[in-house]
Amino acid sequence: MPHSASVGAPQLLVELRGVGKTFGGLSVLSGIHLRLEPGSVHALVGENGAGKSTLSKIISGVYSADSGTLLIDDEEASFSSPREALDRGIATIAQELALVPELSVAENVFLGREPRRFGFIGRRRLKRDYLEIARRTGFDLPADAIVGGMRTADQQKVEIMRALARGASLIIMDEPTAALSAHDTELLHGVVRQLAAEGHTVLLISHFLSEVLELADTVTILRDGSLIRTRAAAEETEASLIEGMLGRSLGSVFPEKPEADARGEVVLSVRDLVAPGVYGVSFDVRAGEIVGLAGLVGAGRSEIAHAIFGAAPRNAGTVAVDGVEAPSSIAGTLKRGIFLLPESRKDQGLVLGRPIRDNVTLSNMDEVAIGGWVFANAERRASRSMLNRVTVAGDDRRPVSALSGGNQQKVLFGRALQRARRVLIADEPTRGVDVGSRRAIYDLIVEQAAQGLGVLVISSDVEEVLGLAHRVLVVRGGTIVGEFEGDAMTEENIITAAFADPITNGSV
Amino acid sequence: MSNDTQLSPPPAATRAGSSPRPPRPSFDLGAYLKNVPWRSIAIVVPFLAVFIALAIGSPAFTSVQNIGNVLDRQSGILIVAAAATLVLIAGGIDLSVGATYMFTAVICGTIIVRVGGEAGVALGIAAGILAGLVVGIINGVISTYLKINPLIATLAMSFIILGATKLVSQFGKEGVGQIRVDVPEFRWLALTKPLGVSLPTWIAFVVLVILGIVLWRTTFGRYVYAAGGNAEAARLAGIRVNLVRIATFALAGTAAGLAGVIDLARTPSVPENDAIATTLTFTVLAGIVVGGTSILGGAGAVWRTVLGILFIAMLYNGFTLLRIDPLFQGIALGVIILVAVGFDAWSKLRRS
Repeated sequence: MPHSASVGAPQLLVELRGVGKTFGGLSVLSGIHLRLEPGSVHALVGENGAGKSTLSKIISGVYSADSGTLLIDDEEASFSSPREALDRGIATIAQELALVPELSVAENVFLGREPRRFGFIGRRRLKRDYLEIARRTGFDLPADAIVGGMRTADQQKVEIMRALARGASLIIMDEPTAALSAHDTELLHGVVRQLAAEGHTVLLISHFLSEVLELADTVTILRDGSLIRTRAAAEETEASLIEGMLGRSLGSVFPEKPEADARGEVVLSVRDLVAPGVYGVSFDVRAGEIVGLAGLVGAGRSEIAHAIFGAAPRNAGTVAVDGVEAPSSIAGTLKRGIFLLPESRKDQGLVLGRPIRDNVTLSNMDEVAIGGWVFANAERRASRSMLNRVTVAGDDRRPVSALSGGNQQKVLFGRALQRARRVLIADEPTRGVDVGSRRAIYDLIVEQAAQGLGVLVISSDVEEVLGLAHRVLVVRGGTIVGEFEGDAMTEENIITAAFADPITNGSV
Repeated sequence: MSNDTQLSPPPAATRAGSSPRPPRPSFDLGAYLKNVPWRSIAIVVPFLAVFIALAIGSPAFTSVQNIGNVLDRQSGILIVAAAATLVLIAGGIDLSVGATYMFTAVICGTIIVRVGGEAGVALGIAAGILAGLVVGIINGVISTYLKINPLIATLAMSFIILGATKLVSQFGKEGVGQIRVDVPEFRWLALTKPLGVSLPTWIAFVVLVILGIVLWRTTFGRYVYAAGGNAEAARLAGIRVNLVRIATFALAGTAAGLAGVIDLARTPSVPENDAIATTLTFTVLAGIVVGGTSILGGAGAVWRTVLGILFIAMLYNGFTLLRIDPLFQGIALGVIILVAVGFDAWSKLRRS
């Protein structure tokens, strides 16, 4: 081993040589050379779809590389499951936490590795072992607290302690602060520094560039599946990172915004809307205007969209389309011309086992049916013409699950285009969409606005919001806390508004 | 913007290098077999295999009379299974069809006995089918709006219905024993043979065709698949998932009512035996599953269930014809269900 462990954590040298990965013929990662030095914080930055998650999943054993080699302590390694990677000391703290909410902190930390006595869990041993780990990390969480009721930041601490209890030397953190308040973010940063000081290696994936520069020793930039450069964090600035990540000006990523006529008619008017997770929201969207809805995950953006669309009960307030109030039911708002592209294609958008054609026509069966009888030819023509407009080729009788993420999103767009709409709400329209298809989705959104629809775009990707929207509303705690237009529309302003007021933001 | 061209598709030149068409397209059996959707026709192969084996092994099997008898006896269960298939595809399950079947037969029989005459027969038939519809709607409402898991809801309902059956049957019995409805006006339903085929077989045929078409070619059919395939996506597409599911339960209840009435006309008595109800429910589910309809919802078809039910019936019939100990029927059926479902799970695993 190159270094001797200073504080006692086992050290692990992980190295990638020429690693590549393809999914369904599409190369998502190629020729990656990377060396993760023990005891350091190594950050991975890049746009959505640049290959950060794929890379981390190769290291953690979720995927195996199609080419190149993975070296652990100078030995060639190949993991066929995350379990094997964990046995070698590599653990991942994912965005979605994998805790058992009904169990206590200590039980979660030692889940699957409980100290046993005669086949029973040794309660006292469990507590003693837990206190040892808690002391090492400095996390002061009560051993008996039930995890389900704890705040996200504390749950993350439990996950980290679990990784340590399993002897992890390399800890991969995928967007650990995305759902945290500023205060909790600060706490987590302290944890990361401490882990590194103990000799652990931390691979940090983050969208927040300031966080990356503050925490990381080394930064690797990925773009379109290739490694752009690896440098000491001290040599980078936010500007240099952005330039490296984009490799081109914003203008080529996003289509030109259509002329939004400030005096255009208001198509969507939301007044004092109250619904689950939505606490009094009012705003207007004009014809031809693209309005961005920014904010952190869990801030209430999707809840607002669902309340407008009638997918969630509306407790108070009104939603009007072209000045006429829309009912609080999905069938009703669809009829009024509102369409929602939901946040999760797989869970909320598509019926994956059904053909592409059925998925296109699903919410507009009236157009291809009379008295409940579906006319096959009419349906085939309708589906084909919509798929042509959204540029999805091939036999539409294939199951929709056979398509790539980008094409699946286009199928949903096809569904939206089937009828004349007035308002389009796109919730995370490019999540899980490859870089190549992303522009096509943006083009579709802009095209809708150009045709006089009012468009509401929800995105966690601030650049996406800035690139698409004429105007940005920032959501926090279920209400709109900021509105930016023109020159005031900057990443800094949006992030500041989204993060502001840490004390009331963190749920206690 | 000027640099938009960066993202335009690659020039056609790069595609010119694609491999030319093979000079002589020969018939490639391997590639052809690979394209057959094995999973979707899984039931067809064993069905034909057993059919041919029985036809060779027992000449009596293919006689018009034997096949006519099998179809006549299966008509009730085919009707129930076809409707229950819709319940399963929509993401539900109905364990109460057997109980409903018995309940409606008792209601029908009691009314015929008590009212008498042609009016009694007409009223009895109508009441039996209507009772099935009501039970179906209750099942649907409990398992959607009241949010009770349909497995549990219909299990509980089936106990309730069997209890209610005994309550009703007290009014239809003369002394002890069973309800007997040996009235020619009613038995006519089972004994007429238009074009040489029994009326129950005709009714089953019509019901199966209608349900098959409903599923295949109507908006309701689409909603059934969507509700079972992805309820949240269906809801966000504007489909009233709960109503769709209630409708499938209502169809299953009505079908059980119709089947109860038809089988009462065939037998023509109602034996008071809960095991008959349970066996019917199990056989219906077995037929659906063996046919290849997914227990998880979202996929399946009526024709599959028809083949599944007939496959089981054929197997039983073959055991009888070949004088094999009936003891083995149950064992054979159990093994077949495991193989069918295992094949389904295994093929899904391989695709993913």
